[in-house]
Amino acid sequence: MTNVALRLASIVLLLAVWFVGAHFAGERLLPGPQAVGLAIVNEARSGALAFNLGVTLARVAVAFVIAMALGTVIGLAMGRNALIDRIGDPWLVALLNLPALVIIVLAYIWAGLTETAAIAAVALNKLPIATVTVREGARALDKTLDEMAEVFRMGRWVRLRHVVLPQLAPYIAAAARSGLSLVWKIVLIVELLGRPNGVGFEIGVAFQLFDVTRILAYALAFVAVMLAIETFLVQPLERHVSRWRPKQA
Amino acid sequence: MFPAGDPSRPESGRLEVHVKQKSYRTASGGRLQVLDDLSITLNNGEVAALVGPSGCGKTTLLRIIVGLDRDFDGSVTLPDQGRLGIVFQEPRLLPWRTVEENVRLAAPQAGEDVLATLFGTLELIEHRRHYPGELSLGLARRVALARAFAVDPELLVLDEPFVSLDAQLAAKLRAELVELVARRPVTTLLVTHDVEEAIGLADRIFLLSASPARVLAEVPIENPRSVRSADQIAAIRKEIALKTAAAQM
Repeated sequence: MTNVALRLASIVLLLAVWFVGAHFAGERLLPGPQAVGLAIVNEARSGALAFNLGVTLARVAVAFVIAMALGTVIGLAMGRNALIDRIGDPWLVALLNLPALVIIVLAYIWAGLTETAAIAAVALNKLPIATVTVREGARALDKTLDEMAEVFRMGRWVRLRHVVLPQLAPYIAAAARSGLSLVWKIVLIVELLGRPNGVGFEIGVAFQLFDVTRILAYALAFVAVMLAIETFLVQPLERHVSRWRPKQA
Repeated sequence: MFPAGDPSRPESGRLEVHVKQKSYRTASGGRLQVLDDLSITLNNGEVAALVGPSGCGKTTLLRIIVGLDRDFDGSVTLPDQGRLGIVFQEPRLLPWRTVEENVRLAAPQAGEDVLATLFGTLELIEHRRHYPGELSLGLARRVALARAFAVDPELLVLDEPFVSLDAQLAAKLRAELVELVARRPVTTLLVTHDVEEAIGLADRIFLLSASPARVLAEVPIENPRSVRSADQIAAIRKEIALKTAAAQM
């Protein structure tokens, strides 16, 4: 109860600071909460908000799924096999240290200003971090359970699903958590640089018009969407995969 | 119970192990010999106990027999299809699966009636839906026993399955093991450092030397488990003590 109250108080304080800040900075530099709220309602009425949020969200989803799936497979292989690890590691370090912008620009140059290039660029940015995290988990796998599975002749699929993946779940969850916020930030840059729609594109247009109200309207709307995903999708999923852990009294 | 074997089963439940030698590479680059010209043979349905001082290489021998360690000089012939049931020193259950799921994953072909009987004998019925983290060590050991029996093994391997339980509980679990083996004879290899336990459970006892382990003496026990009197047990204990002393001279 007090937790909820504290959270609410914190949000109210943020709005108050914003309100006072807007008063001093002026409408042009920092529009107040009511102006931004009105802009969100207007964009929603015209249908543009839903369309752009939807487009961006679809890109986030596709890039996220590709990066997580590939990252899990590669990370697992590298964590389990020393040879693959030794061969793959320099590639991983190179990719890890390549700036996001370089990957995006090269993707657009090599594959044109296409949807494929955009999603590949985002996925490629997320991939090495997911790989490193899952590899860490694969290195920590319990050998004694592996031996148990071998003596009882469990099949490959059973071993993966019931012995390996539950051990990787906390690592995959950590990669997913940090990944989701990273992916949506990169998607916005990709849209700004080479897509004709989406939240990133809209913010690019607003930037050229110096329309701070619209920038804040789109940014806040998307933050709200991501917050909803975190609360209603990621957290319940985490609770589900950790249901076997004894509850703390 | 049936030293000559179960007549309904062919003579294929025989286990033959010949290890010429097994050594480990030590950290300093030398080789440490753990097993030395060790042979044991078990007839179909026979329960044998391996008794030896701790650290003599018993667990290494078990790992060789169940196929977890292939780096040795010698041969292992498993019964028929080599279906193995194993109880490790630690229970080695999957913490993220319930008691029932743990058993079913190892023994997918086991019918509901088989599981019901096993859970009944081992007093696990009310724990079917519990997770291993919610069980005491004694209960977790029972689940490991249930899992080993559920696969309908041709060879049952038990590595000190009652160690670090209080005496009363260990005795109760031993009685349950005797009941299970009586109901469904299976070639069984039990590792223990407890002579008492070996005499109580086995048809044949192999006395092992200190490292590098070899067979000091083989002690067959003629009487069925259920009719062993205190006098007979004392006599067997004396024989074992004598043979151990003679071999060490």
